[in-house]
Amino acid sequence: MSAPSTPILQVNQVTKTFGGISALNEVSFDLHAGEILGIIGPNGSGKTTLINGITGFIELTAGEVFFRGEKISGKPAHKIADMGVTRTFQIMRPYYSLPAYKNLVIPLFSPRAKRTGGWRGGGKLGDRNTVSIDILEELGFERESFVPYKKASNLPTGYLKRMELARCLALNPEIIICDEVFSGLSMSEIASMVPLVERLQMEGITLIMIEHRLRELFRVANRIMVLNFGEKLIEGTAEEVMADEKVKEAYFGSEAVEEVMDHA
Amino acid sequence: MKESTGQRRKERLDRGIKVRSEGLYALMSWRELSYLFFPRLVLIGGILILPLVVPSMYWQRVISIVCIYALLALSFDFLAHYVGLVSLGGAFFIGTGGYLAAILNTSFGLPPLLTIPIATLLGAFICTLLLFPCLPLRGVYFAIVTLMYPLLLARVIEALDILGGTDGILGIESFANRWVEQYFIILIVLFFLFGTRRLVNQDIGLVFRAVKDNDQSVRASGISITYYKTIAVFISSAIGCLAGAYLVHLYMWAGLSTFALDFSILPIAATVIGGAGTLVGPVLGAFILVPISELLRAFGTLRIVFYALILLAFIIFRSEGIMVYGQRKYHQFEKWIKV
Repeated sequence: MSAPSTPILQVNQVTKTFGGISALNEVSFDLHAGEILGIIGPNGSGKTTLINGITGFIELTAGEVFFRGEKISGKPAHKIADMGVTRTFQIMRPYYSLPAYKNLVIPLFSPRAKRTGGWRGGGKLGDRNTVSIDILEELGFERESFVPYKKASNLPTGYLKRMELARCLALNPEIIICDEVFSGLSMSEIASMVPLVERLQMEGITLIMIEHRLRELFRVANRIMVLNFGEKLIEGTAEEVMADEKVKEAYFGSEAVEEVMDHA
Repeated sequence: MKESTGQRRKERLDRGIKVRSEGLYALMSWRELSYLFFPRLVLIGGILILPLVVPSMYWQRVISIVCIYALLALSFDFLAHYVGLVSLGGAFFIGTGGYLAAILNTSFGLPPLLTIPIATLLGAFICTLLLFPCLPLRGVYFAIVTLMYPLLLARVIEALDILGGTDGILGIESFANRWVEQYFIILIVLFFLFGTRRLVNQDIGLVFRAVKDNDQSVRASGISITYYKTIAVFISSAIGCLAGAYLVHLYMWAGLSTFALDFSILPIAATVIGGAGTLVGPVLGAFILVPISELLRAFGTLRIVFYALILLAFIIFRSEGIMVYGQRKYHQFEKWIKV
């Protein structure tokens, strides 16, 4: 798939050290508008640290991140989200004491949603409860059921993962960075999430997906980047990446590669 | 017997009317409407009638003081259970609001009708400004700093001998008569009680609660948590400063004891007794605790022992607080079922 020329997100030589340990070492990549970039790597390879660094949840030791040519590294997390670079959390972070649909009122109340949402999007004057139920319905919360009205603490993992995505959607995002949205889900739940991700791409949202579920990731992702020990090993299509010796080494003995290679 | 209780558990079912009255208000009869209105009417009516039924001037004064503590308890409960900031700032707010009202009244000659609103807003602004540095932080810092300021300010006034020094500011104007004095603060308490109740259910109130629940998620939603914490602290300190400004007009004196730690601790005790997170609970808690403390005055120094025992009993036997317990009984059936 040929990507458009100007990258929407540029990550330049990003480095993060915790004490003496370097979690990320000079990682660079470009993200083009409308594509899905998959990031894979063994546990502890720095994937989540990379996301935290891009979205401002941790301070980078060195390197820069540009969104549409504007430098976003060094900005506080809420400013970056306000520009449209949103993220999900690997460990879900709903507001457990609020009902599911009230969870979405918070992002709908944000300056970005008020600015970009217009009346229908909850905007300044819109009814945020209605909009939030609309968004939840798109993500598979049945409108007529009790599910959207249940307290978040009573919802199963599958719904909480969708709520993470819903929070991003409520912000009218340009980029959604998904931190393992498939993990912890059953096969049928994943099967219903995959079309959802494909639809987000069709709606023009650019996605970065960190995943351990390689088969599903390779189905949706346009490009794959592999991290190991905080370094970028390779970037390319699924076939290129999986044929690479270094990647095989990083995943040595891992059943995941065998399984995926069988299917590829 | 013991074994059989181990096999049972309490089943709780919402009353049908509670479910109907939630959200969609499908209430058809006066009987059903009164389910919602009756508790509120009892509360409002009860508080309004109180100054008329108490036996003496002394107890009328006690009611005014109860209301001051009720406002502080309300301000504590709002910050602690809806924004997640544990504040020990009662004394700080009372002292700031109190001294401001005293200065405005004695130096500028403004009447209480003006000093109280000005001291409320200006005081809240000053308190928020002084507390701002610890707002981006999580953890106990906020509690520590709110506890530190009243101690610090009291020492500064004492050491520099400013604002009347240890004698305090004397000759502050009082209210026109005792009815104004009583009903002014009672109406204020009711206003802020129902006001905060409404606020926490608005969209902005949901953001406050979200900050308490999961601040990282609020940041990921493109919302500045420091900004909303600042607004919440402003609201909370305004309530406290208002109580302080009223207090100095009540006593016609502002002194170092406005920074006394009673103002920080008693509201917390009232919140524990009344039911944390209910807003109305802490107000009721103040209406129970302060009169008890007055009644125990007869025991001299022993009263603190009784006081501590009452608190201890509450924490052990009804740690959820009166209001949480009461609301549950009001809204739900309970029965024992075999498991």
